[in-house]
Parts: sequence; structure tokens; C-alpha cells
Amino acid sequence: MPDKPLDTATLDDGFLIVDKAPRALEKTRQKRWKAPDFMVRLLSPLALLLIWELASQSGLLPSRVIAAPSQIGGTLWAMIESGELATHLWVSLQRALLGLSIGVAIGVVAALITGLSKKGEVILDSPMQMLRTIPSLALVPLFILWFGIGEFTKIALIVTGTTFPVYLNLYSGIRNIDPKLIEAANTLGLNRRQLIWHVILPGSLPSFFVGLRYSLGISWLALVFVEQINTTAGIGYLASDARDFMRTDVIVICLLIYSILGLVIDALIRTLERYALAWRPTFARS
Amino acid sequence: MAAVDLLHTTHQSKHQAELPPVQLRNVVRQFGQQKVIDELNLDIAPGEFVALLGASGSGKTTLLRALAGLDSIDSGQLRVPLARAAVFQEPRLMPWKNAWKNVVLGLDIQNPHARALEALTEVGLAHRVNAFPATLSGGEAQRVALARGLVREPKLLLLDEPFAALDALTRIRMHQLIIELWRKHTPAVLLVTHDVDEAILLADRVIVLEQGKIADEVPIDLPRQRSTGQHGFQGIRARLLGLLGVESAGQAGVDKPLVQENLRRFANVR
Repeated sequence: MPDKPLDTATLDDGFLIVDKAPRALEKTRQKRWKAPDFMVRLLSPLALLLIWELASQSGLLPSRVIAAPSQIGGTLWAMIESGELATHLWVSLQRALLGLSIGVAIGVVAALITGLSKKGEVILDSPMQMLRTIPSLALVPLFILWFGIGEFTKIALIVTGTTFPVYLNLYSGIRNIDPKLIEAANTLGLNRRQLIWHVILPGSLPSFFVGLRYSLGISWLALVFVEQINTTAGIGYLASDARDFMRTDVIVICLLIYSILGLVIDALIRTLERYALAWRPTFARS
Repeated sequence: MAAVDLLHTTHQSKHQAELPPVQLRNVVRQFGQQKVIDELNLDIAPGEFVALLGASGSGKTTLLRALAGLDSIDSGQLRVPLARAAVFQEPRLMPWKNAWKNVVLGLDIQNPHARALEALTEVGLAHRVNAFPATLSGGEAQRVALARGLVREPKLLLLDEPFAALDALTRIRMHQLIIELWRKHTPAVLLVTHDVDEAILLADRVIVLEQGKIADEVPIDLPRQRSTGQHGFQGIRARLLGLLGVESAGQAGVDKPLVQENLRRFANVR
């Protein structure tokens, strides 16, 4: 209990008494200007940047450790202007999307087979569970021996990384549909095809999106690795090339791009979910 | 479970329509050695409203599930119309479909939206056609479930404690609604409930089930618009509670309000 008595509430002989003045009287106090929320949020990162810049300028932070923000900005602008960044980004995007779409497609098909049929589960689930525990990056040496160091290996690695999150989540989504809904569908006379289309697939869609998010993250992660194997283009190549020339500014730019892409993809999936899962309580009520 | 095609079974021959829609002869359902339904005989006439009372484990729900085609029987003869619908304690609506799509789910008909709108208007939800189940209140969701059942024009409507999860006021409104809809569509109704008052208020006949057998049947011949204060109501209530193993207030000779409170609690137990 505070030592000072409260403004509006007093404790008196076992009662809590609240006595508040009406809001209107406080108007003059509320009119004071307040900085918008986003400006306040920006304050600390900006301060950090400023300290970083000052440390670099004064020589406290040598550029072989990390480049100054101003230098990074300059390099970024030059790379955008020359189109160099766009070229590398486009190559990386193509790899990621190709690998991702193949991986997701395999994951979805496998999850449908194991999720919808008992026989499919018996045949396919245990090999999938065994394969998923192998870290896909541990396959790099084997894939290089099998497929060489060309584009195929790179895509194949992204595929192996992105298949399993979608598979696992969609499979469990299908299996965890409320049995009461299945029962209701049966009393309504739905046949198997209608049951899958109207009940099982929409019901497992939220789980699919969880898997898709994981897969997207993994596709970028895999990209960093595969683009260091015999490449001449791509964000990963840009970073490893920059390492050889000790260009810390370019490395930071690559990191920046990864994080921005992460944000963009997350926003994309959110939009997709908002449309596809409009029925969910969080969306439906708003 | 084989999905039964309910759509093409509504046209029955006249001969069939005259027979009781539900006919059970020596029906047995057992889990292991325990007979949950034990040599049960039951007829339900066309358009008859039957309530099924019984303590937990008496086989009420098993019987309803067998009639709904959700469970099989082990021996005996069971005849139910294929045109049947069930409403459960939870609405069991598909959360990803809005109200009207839920209503006509699985129906292969011309102009499903108009049919759904018609059915939803009947239950007083014309203004909620496009609402997702997550935005509906408990009573509204249950009314959509009711519309979903009735739009199939069932010969037999199975109700498994459909009002148990609703608040007292909503429950009273639902009682009125169900009677209204029953009169309009005239299906035979089997209502499974724990609530003795509800059974007396709604049904033509109350069946008390005990250990898989019919312990007794009580025809309710009170004139409709029924109420708990009606002459004869309390007599039937005491008799049913006696059958369910609860002594009624008069016999026990204890403070009346207290006992009634306890009885009410028992009757509302799930």
C-alpha cells in the first residue's frame, strides 16, 4: 500500500471509496502535444545508429570489423543504381521460390496421402519421419557427389529443407480435426469427396500455413548455404564474395536484405491468411 | 462409416409413410460384456415428440447415436428413416463456412442460397446469413444447427441435449422455437435430455431409460402451451423423478424449497 493517500481512492475503515472528478475538467491537461508512437519507437534505433557512426568516424570501430552506417548507405545506393543488387536478388528469389514450391508441393501431396488414408500412413509416414530428422545441410556433400555443383544441387537442397515442415504440420492438421465435425458431416450425408473438400481441407488449412511459414524461413536459410557453392550470382554469393574482399559494408547490406525479405514474406503470408482464414475468431470478430 | 445418401430418400412410398418411422425390436448394443442397450423395443409414431430421460450411463446417447447412424447395433432389428437429422449439444457448425453455407452443406439443390435463407428465416436468423460461426452467440449457433437439420426435411429429428449448454432465458426461447418448428415440419422427434421439466414441457411421451432398458413410459397429455405451473405438471414431475431415483418433495417431508432446489440441480446435471 502506498504511503501517500491516493488521489481518487481512499481506504477508510474497511471500505474502498472512489471519488473521481468527471473527465471534462481534465481537458486542458490532455491537449498537450504528444509525439506519435512510431516516432518514439524510432528514437532508440536512431540513437544507436548515431553512436555507431560516431564510433566509426573516430576510428574506434575500424571498417574491417564493421563499416560505418554512412558508408553502408553509400554502397547500398551505388548497388541499387547500378542494378547489381536487383540482379543478385532476382537470382536468389528465383532459386528460393523454385525450391520452395517444389518442396511445398511434395509436402502437401505426402501429407494428403498419409493424412487421408490409413494405408498411406502405414507406407509413407515412417520413412518421412526418418528423413525429416536428417538436417538438409548435412546432405550437401552427398548431393554434390550425386548432382554435381550446378543449379540442381542448390534447388534440391532447398526442396529437402522445405518439404518436411509443410508435411508435418499439414499431416497433424488433418489428423487433429475435431471428430465431432466429422460426425456432423456424416449425419449430414456428406460423401468422402465432399468430406475432404468441405471439412478436412479447410480445417487443416491453419496448420498448413504454420508449416508454410517455417518452410519459407528455411528456404532463405538454405539459400545462404547453397549460394556459397560455385555461384556467380545471388545474395549468398554477394556475401561470400564480400568476405573475400573484406567488404563489411556489403555483408551488412546482405544481412539487411535477408531481414527485409523476411518481413515482406511475413506480411505476404499474413495477407494470405487473412483472406483464406477469414472465419477464424480473431479475424471474424474484427 | 458409410455415408448415407439422404438426398434421394425423401420420396417414400405411401405404404412406408404409414409405418412408424422408428421401430426397434430387441436391439442390443454392447461394449465388451456390458450391454449398454439391452433388448430394447421402441416405436415412435409419425410426428410424435418423444423425450428420453435417464441417468448418465443409462444408454440414452448410445441409442441416439444408433438412430443417427453414427453407431451400429450388435443384434436386433432397427428401422429408421434415412431422412433424419441430428442436433447435438454443441452446434457442430463448420467454422470455415458462414451460416447459410453451413445450412445447405452437403445438399445438392437448385438455388441453395434461397433455401438456406428460408430455413434461417424460420429460426429468426435472416439477418445472420453471412455470419461466421465464431461470431454467433451460443443460442444463434444452435438455431443455425436446427435450420441445418430441418432444411433436409427429416422424417426423424434427433436432439441430443441441444439446449443443455444454453443460458436459462435462451433455453426458454428455444423451447418455444422447437415446438413451433415441430408443428410446421411435423417430423418425429427424439429428444435426449437430463432436464425433467424440459421433457414434460415439450414431449408427447417421456421414456425413462435405465441400464439399457425402458424403465417406464409416461404419456404427457397436458394441453399445450405448457408451463411448469400447469395443473398436473408437478404430479408428472414427481413421478418421473421417482423413476429416476430421486424422492420428490412431498414424500420426503423436508423443507420444500430446498429439496426443489436440489432436484432442479439434479435435473440439470449433465
